[in-house]
Amino acid sequence: MVPIIEVKHLTKSFRDLKAVNDLSFTVQEGQVYGFLGQNGAGKSTTIRMLLTLIKPTSGTIEIFGLDLQKHRKEILRQVGAIIERPDLYKYLTALENLRIFAAMSGIQISEKKLMDQLAMVGLEQRAHSKVKTYSQGMKQRLGIAIALVHDPKLIILDEPTNGLDPQGIADIRNLILMLSRDMHKTLLISSHLLSEMELIADSMIIIDKGKKLVEGKVNELFDPAETIVELKTTDDSETYNKLMQSSLKGFVQGKRNDCVLMKLHRNKVPEVMKELVRMDVNVISLHSKHSLEDYFLSLTTGQSNVEVA
Amino acid sequence: MLKLLKIELFKIFKRPRTYIAFGAIAAIVFLIQVALKFDGKSYVDLLMSNLSGSFEFSDDFKGRLLNGYLICFVILNTLLIQMPLLVALIAGDSIAGEANMGTLRLSLTKPVSRTEYMLVKFAASVVYTLALLIWMAALALFGSMLIFGTNDLVVLRSEGIEQMKSFDVLWRYFAAFGYAAVALTTVSALAFLLSVFAENSIGPIIATMSIVIVFTILSEMNIPIYDTTVKPYLFTSHMVAWKGFFYVKADAEGTTINGSIENLPAVLKSLGILVAYIILFFSTAVWVFRKKDILT
Repeated sequence: MVPIIEVKHLTKSFRDLKAVNDLSFTVQEGQVYGFLGQNGAGKSTTIRMLLTLIKPTSGTIEIFGLDLQKHRKEILRQVGAIIERPDLYKYLTALENLRIFAAMSGIQISEKKLMDQLAMVGLEQRAHSKVKTYSQGMKQRLGIAIALVHDPKLIILDEPTNGLDPQGIADIRNLILMLSRDMHKTLLISSHLLSEMELIADSMIIIDKGKKLVEGKVNELFDPAETIVELKTTDDSETYNKLMQSSLKGFVQGKRNDCVLMKLHRNKVPEVMKELVRMDVNVISLHSKHSLEDYFLSLTTGQSNVEVA
Repeated sequence: MLKLLKIELFKIFKRPRTYIAFGAIAAIVFLIQVALKFDGKSYVDLLMSNLSGSFEFSDDFKGRLLNGYLICFVILNTLLIQMPLLVALIAGDSIAGEANMGTLRLSLTKPVSRTEYMLVKFAASVVYTLALLIWMAALALFGSMLIFGTNDLVVLRSEGIEQMKSFDVLWRYFAAFGYAAVALTTVSALAFLLSVFAENSIGPIIATMSIVIVFTILSEMNIPIYDTTVKPYLFTSHMVAWKGFFYVKADAEGTTINGSIENLPAVLKSLGILVAYIILFFSTAVWVFRKKDILT
């Protein structure tokens, strides 16, 4: 594996505030690398340093094996990015926006290629519409087309699904997977949508208050089969009491809203169901909630998502 | 660089607000031309009234006075005071407008150095300034020449009048427009510098106009202590030196010397000071921008 991004001891201070604190991580070629953290954790500051928008206070960044400060232009020719939200020239059309940023990327590109790029993100029918008439999802897709127009090796997306509806999120997810699997791009994606990240990322880093909490492959960081089950019954208090007196007591995590929460391995679910029936519990619904979110919260806030009754 | 400049110009000239300045100039020029076409005699009488004690003017002389060259001089006098606002509209928006739209951060992730970016942005605002002046020249000079015809140009001064032969006027206008381009570029450079510090364009535009207004007032104030201590250092004191091209030398008999400029070194010195201001404003803007963290 070839390292594409190597960040070492990166620190950024804004007066007294250390937005990023001694952060180190490596992104390998071909990876989809998740960059996770709560709002204000330092994700955007780090991404802005990777794109030379912010100068680090200390530390080094190497991209494609080159020092970012010394080889800025050479590196940025191979990088496509969206930072936070794709703000574009609203008074220009999608095609004009794409043409402008393609030219700024230093490439000569035909009108047909530009249209192909818009077709890839499903905007060919609206190529000549002004961006001010676009929905948030369309702007996001246009932003991705702009990030990809010069065929970069590395794509950096800062919260690419922000403000999108479920269909928009699914579209972006599929696009990212296509870029990774079919076009073999390296992607660094920041997000707070952990469930989304789990579906697309190979590796991830979780940061909080500018510091690394954990880094590694997604399937090594947590057991995807371990799940939080939300059990909704006709009387959650009674169900909770019954469960606490049963053989299932060890799985019970607590009570939240009108649900009882249980933490268990997926292959234990049928066994639990049988036991619930035997205990004469009137089950309305039972669904598993991913444990990654809980894992994330326990890392970043030091407490679980679950309220213990 | 040329490709980037084309992009900047494309963005500027695609915005409807860009044409407000062109419309404003056309409206003012048109209104002055219409007024002087229908009531030029009253205007000339008013102009001559200050001198009527010392000179006797025939109606024929007054008739010849009202020609395209004089109209252009009147328009230049009026418009060159307002034009800094029009120039600041675009220059003040250069960086701050991009920051406000959020496009600055996307642009700066492209393989373009910040110095190149600034050069291109500033060059585009200079091109816009030149386009405004060419537009103004076309309407005020050539338009007035077409409507009113040409004749000798008479310019009033506190100590009397300057009269230039018709054939000796056009080059003076070209020189004056060239000088005005440098003067307005100075305002543009100031607005550009202020634009680097702001995240919306209103601030730099208002700040530029405030500075220009305060400096102009100081330049025009007749307070002796300011004459040597403050005025020579204000760029606004030098912005009006274009009038120097219309002040001519006279021989021993008091006859105007064609092709002459009364005090060319003073005009060139003012020009040099304006160029120095442009370099100072622009290089400071680049220096600040290169160090700036882009947080918008």
